[in-house]
Amino acid sequence: MNNEEYAQALINPELFNEMLEIDVAEKDFLIQSLRIMSYIRATEHKLAFEKKNGNIVGPIHLGAGQEAIAVGVSKSLISSDRVFGAHRSHSHLLALKTDAYKLFAEVLGKNTGHSKGMGGSMHLWDQPNGFYGSVPIVAGTVPLAVGAGLASKMQNTNNIAVAYIGDGAIEEGIVAESLNLASIMNIPVLFVLENNLFSSHMHITLRQPKISTSRFAEANNINSKVVDGNNLLEVAQATQDLVSAMRDTQCPAFLEAITYRHYGHVDWREDSDVGVNRSQNEIDLWKKRDPIDRLRNAMIEHKIWTHEQDNNLIKSIEEELDGYWKKALLDPLPLDSSLLERVYE
Amino acid sequence: MNKDTKKINYGIAIRHAFEYLLENYPEVFVIGQGLWSPWYVGNTMTDLDSKFGASRVIDTPVSESACTGAAVGASLCGMRPIVVHPRIDFMLYALDSIVNQAAKWSHMVGGQAHPGVTIRGIINRGGEQGAQHSQALHSWFAHIPGLRVVMPYSVQDARDLLIASVLCNDPVMFIDDRWLYDNEATLDPVTEIDIRDEGPRVIKSGSDITIVGCGFSTDLALKTAAILLENGTSAEVIDLRVLNPFDAEAIIRSVEKTGVLAVIDGGWKNCGIAGEVISSVVEKISPLKLKKSPLRITLPHCPAPTAGNLEKIYYPTVETILPQVKKLLD
Repeated sequence: MNNEEYAQALINPELFNEMLEIDVAEKDFLIQSLRIMSYIRATEHKLAFEKKNGNIVGPIHLGAGQEAIAVGVSKSLISSDRVFGAHRSHSHLLALKTDAYKLFAEVLGKNTGHSKGMGGSMHLWDQPNGFYGSVPIVAGTVPLAVGAGLASKMQNTNNIAVAYIGDGAIEEGIVAESLNLASIMNIPVLFVLENNLFSSHMHITLRQPKISTSRFAEANNINSKVVDGNNLLEVAQATQDLVSAMRDTQCPAFLEAITYRHYGHVDWREDSDVGVNRSQNEIDLWKKRDPIDRLRNAMIEHKIWTHEQDNNLIKSIEEELDGYWKKALLDPLPLDSSLLERVYE
Repeated sequence: MNKDTKKINYGIAIRHAFEYLLENYPEVFVIGQGLWSPWYVGNTMTDLDSKFGASRVIDTPVSESACTGAAVGASLCGMRPIVVHPRIDFMLYALDSIVNQAAKWSHMVGGQAHPGVTIRGIINRGGEQGAQHSQALHSWFAHIPGLRVVMPYSVQDARDLLIASVLCNDPVMFIDDRWLYDNEATLDPVTEIDIRDEGPRVIKSGSDITIVGCGFSTDLALKTAAILLENGTSAEVIDLRVLNPFDAEAIIRSVEKTGVLAVIDGGWKNCGIAGEVISSVVEKISPLKLKKSPLRITLPHCPAPTAGNLEKIYYPTVETILPQVKKLLD
């Protein structure tokens, strides 16, 4: 199957919903990944809950259902790599450092947040852990990631840059320019395209003539792979193959992960009534291809994980998140003087 | 140290700045269209690619937006890039990277990261090039918090403000005008200055009228002042140099003395820097000190024409400025 054929198959949620084949995977990686994915899922649920109850003012774009991508990709990253995100980037951030305290504080606009309360959910920054920034202008960080990859090369490191984007971003002209520039200049930047089939409310079939966005990579001579974005092991293996070549030869690569978001475009609603081609039936079918369930069920089947362990894990995560939320609520807001202090250095 | 007695022109002064930066700062690189060709950047970058290597002086695909964004990204990773846009008109493709990303980055990440990128936009007009090869849009960028906007008039500033812009950790829009490239001066050896200390400066003192300009319009202001002096009028000329963040203090002090203010600008009038200069003065100065209503001399409110006769009446010249200033002084 070529990329487009595989993508065409993957958009049918009644396929690819069996448990993962984990025979050859390392046990520690599986357990660690399940922890992080569960943590991200619980964080998104917590944010949805608090938003629904009116405790968060700004918009939040939730990535529940897409956790396997960031976790699978991050397995091949090192702490000195340079990661850029977009509007739906909680998972990208948490996959690098699994700690939601600063995220909660940021969403609440607190001075203790990732961006000191100046950014909120849509402008996240955790450079000490490799997250150079996310912004909501669609594709806004894509050329920045190309520049970060260029810097890595000029600084004689083997670091790579990562640009997380969605399927809507490929429709922006800047992505075409960035792919061409990365290719012609041999810049080590990994484009990770999370194709969740929707840009805000519009289904991809209403916006593009083909499902797979990897055609833009192929057109620019960039090595690309399409994967089942709800399959942790497939994402991790494909990323590892691409990234090892990138570190050796300093070239760009393109990973497209077909997936689906459980929540709507923004905030806690499912948007089954808002989206074009997004129905409750479709959402329910996609939830059966859940990346966490498929991993967990396989681990339980292979007796490297138990229902009890899983319940304990979820419980401990929820307790931690509740504690973080309460702590963040009590944190200070930025000083009024910071309004003008942070414009220039 | 003695002055180098050899005169150099404005274009060469810019080239000296690039040379100084590339020699002394390994984190500096230059990226943009036409850097390996004299067509695009005049004499300002001649042979830099062969001296410092094509991997540090990078000529690019026709992608203003991606190249500017890449420079912003590299600046967040310890590099000090300079993006060159041989014409401001084409640079408009890069507005997202300049206005949404670079200008806002520090503020929106809580002051924890700063894109120290320099964006050099060249004003390249005249010669019947028409509407899309002519624009001077410094006023747009001066509107944006987070950007610094630098517009050198003097040969010395062309070199020293470029160096200061690149060594600054904030994003800087550095705008030079090809109509200034043949101006000559002898320069002192390079002394690094801090762009945060620089701003509008009196470059000729006088007592009867304050004339303000930026970039090429400062050249017009000085020439106008020289002719006024022959007729016994003493004009004080102020060169804006840094348009954003804007410090009107030197202009206010000057108008307190002269009581008469004229601003010349190579951009349009509406919401332009000339209006900004005037309002910054009149909101601070006692109306009693103003002897006349301030005067704006700008482009007419239309795109740049192509036909020679129209182009001739489009741009302000000393000949068209003088009667307006004389009328103001009457």
